[in-house]
Amino acid sequence: MQKKQREGVLVEPYQRLNREQIEGIHRASMAILEDPGIISYNEEAAEIFQRHGAKVTVLSGSLPRSWIIRIPERMVTDALEKAPSVVKLGARREENQLILDAEEPRVRFGTGSECNIWLQMDIETFISKGNSGREIEVPVFHPHRGTVLHLCQAAHVGNYLENLDFFIRPVNIQDDDITEDNHDVNKFYACLNNITKHVMAGLTELGQLDNVIRMGEIIAGGEAELRENPVLSFITCVTKSPLQLVDDTTQKLIEIVRRGLPVVISTSPAGGATAPIQESGAVIQLNAEILSGITLVQLVKEGAAVLYGSVPVRARMDNLHNTYGAPEFNHYNVDGAQMARFYKIPCYSSAGVADSSLPGIQATVEKLFSHISVALSGAQYVHYAFGLLEETNTFSLEQAVLDDVHIGMVKSLLQAPKVNEAELRESIDNIREVMATSHKLFVRYARRSLHRGEIFPLYPFGSDEGRDEVLLRAHEKTKELLSLPPEHLPEQINREVLKRVPGILPRLNPYGGMK
Amino acid sequence: MTHTGIIEAIKENVIQGRRNKDDEGLELDLAGEPGVCELVEQALGEGIDLREVLDSLSEGLAVVGERYEAGEFFIPDMLVAAEAVGAAMELLKPHLLKGGLEYKGKFIVATVQGDQHDIGKNLVAIMLGGAGFEVIDLGADVSPDEIVAAVQREGAEFLGLSALLTTTMVFMKETIDKLEEAGLRSKVKVLIGGAPTSAEFAQEIGADGYGKDAFHAVALAEKLRLSKGEHSGN
Repeated sequence: MQKKQREGVLVEPYQRLNREQIEGIHRASMAILEDPGIISYNEEAAEIFQRHGAKVTVLSGSLPRSWIIRIPERMVTDALEKAPSVVKLGARREENQLILDAEEPRVRFGTGSECNIWLQMDIETFISKGNSGREIEVPVFHPHRGTVLHLCQAAHVGNYLENLDFFIRPVNIQDDDITEDNHDVNKFYACLNNITKHVMAGLTELGQLDNVIRMGEIIAGGEAELRENPVLSFITCVTKSPLQLVDDTTQKLIEIVRRGLPVVISTSPAGGATAPIQESGAVIQLNAEILSGITLVQLVKEGAAVLYGSVPVRARMDNLHNTYGAPEFNHYNVDGAQMARFYKIPCYSSAGVADSSLPGIQATVEKLFSHISVALSGAQYVHYAFGLLEETNTFSLEQAVLDDVHIGMVKSLLQAPKVNEAELRESIDNIREVMATSHKLFVRYARRSLHRGEIFPLYPFGSDEGRDEVLLRAHEKTKELLSLPPEHLPEQINREVLKRVPGILPRLNPYGGMK
Repeated sequence: MTHTGIIEAIKENVIQGRRNKDDEGLELDLAGEPGVCELVEQALGEGIDLREVLDSLSEGLAVVGERYEAGEFFIPDMLVAAEAVGAAMELLKPHLLKGGLEYKGKFIVATVQGDQHDIGKNLVAIMLGGAGFEVIDLGADVSPDEIVAAVQREGAEFLGLSALLTTTMVFMKETIDKLEEAGLRSKVKVLIGGAPTSAEFAQEIGADGYGKDAFHAVALAEKLRLSKGEHSGN
């Protein structure tokens, strides 16, 4: 029997690269993994690669110490054979779990980044200078430093967003009482205690890994239960582009894999800055960086669940910041999804970031551009898709609410055509029936599709009489969602978490008072 | 089914938009169950007061209207409900006179000369039928002379003119002028509608009202009917 899961949308993938180009990128990636190879700042990774036959040499005179690892093609292809093509990401609610199958282009969308800025929207009324009787309501924005309560709110609203399939902490928690030592447990707790969908995040402090895993085990119901239903998983940005394994994150990766939880090898080369700007160069490097990480994962533990984390960006030529609204961003990401499918590894991809720092027309254009094209690629797990502005530095809840509707439209757009014998027969009957009437209207027959949710009803943030009040409507909707009750952990489980996981702020306990 | 059961079922089936047993309604499993027509026939067979039957039809429509206002129902829901009531009215027609009841009025609708766009006019016709008017639909691309002749022939109390094009809306004025020439203008209330028209245009050409959509058109017709009744002292 097919397991319950969030369906996302099953697409017919857009093939930007043909087979020859894919194989060319593969060969080129293998070539650069052998020469120049990768630089590792992590000693254990260098040892693991060497033990399994890679040529490892100390980079003389370098500080900090580093090693050049030349990875032979055979080592990579062996690792790819061992890596599972199906990865399950669990959830507090069974129906919210995700089965990511590399050979099934079923697309799910979720949040991403770890923004420092939380953008608060308020509505102010302005009076016309020329006509004091004329007033208009205008959204005004106030940036705030992200806090753990913002993260709770984002998870709370995310739980109710119909098209949000998984949750990656979108806000960096920067409260005064958040320290390096309690950052991870509070981050995961704020998420898991407010959303019943899959929760994924990076790990700030390796020393907190076991506390975070213990939290997951309590929520899932035990050690084995967590591995069976991984309600949480980890992102590791092991590579600093170009082709360098950073010490700290690589160590975290090794430890996470040893503990048997799913992990993403996420790499973000910036075309024109830390990678070639040309599509082929950017994608070769992206692919090589991810493959080096996946190889390490399989050397640490054969068969470990790992996602192909494709986050390529393009550098802006005016300041070398990342740009997400450029068409090249989409080229790189679509190619990444195709490479992941070629290797039969589920793809963690990126779409929906605006370069604009405020919600509005520019933000919507930039976001939809990648929402559509990256979804068309058939990547299984599309992060960054909700609320992100200002090149991933700012998160807006209202923008996330808007994105939810837009992603719903994208999902509808990409639905497979429903043309089969039964449908064709029914349509012939329908046309014949209506042609026999005096009014010749098909309106009554639209009713079934309408109430089954098969057709898009109406843009929910539109206004009558030619006014553009989209942001005002999104603000109202956000307030409405925030007024719904959060789905907290059951009281007994919550008590157990607080008892056995040190460092969680008492003020976050919903049964003890949120402040 | 009891007397009350039949009346309730008529109302519910109007909400479900089921003319007869072949219609699905909102829930798929309703196909095969009696629809509005079968229930009305049953009511007639059991001698249930006609006024009660008419009230149950109106109450069903009122619920549909409320759900439309609340954003739960859409045009297809309004349309199927109106069609169900329209079908019931056809069945009730011979009984209405006998029972001392009648239609709310004879309403001619037409899309004007040169214009083939009749979706709006068709919707209005169905909705008016559902609201209890006797509707005569002249179709699309109808000349002012044909319309005037029909008003005279049928003794219609209401005329609805529809146009989608700025080039055809001029025939609305011509039709009204010809009604005047024929001495019929005071006997018929003229309502206009369609994308290029407006309340201002209605006033300019001497129409009695402008309906921005099918629902507004029905509400306007009801209003004009009542005001007409007041003026004539009925």
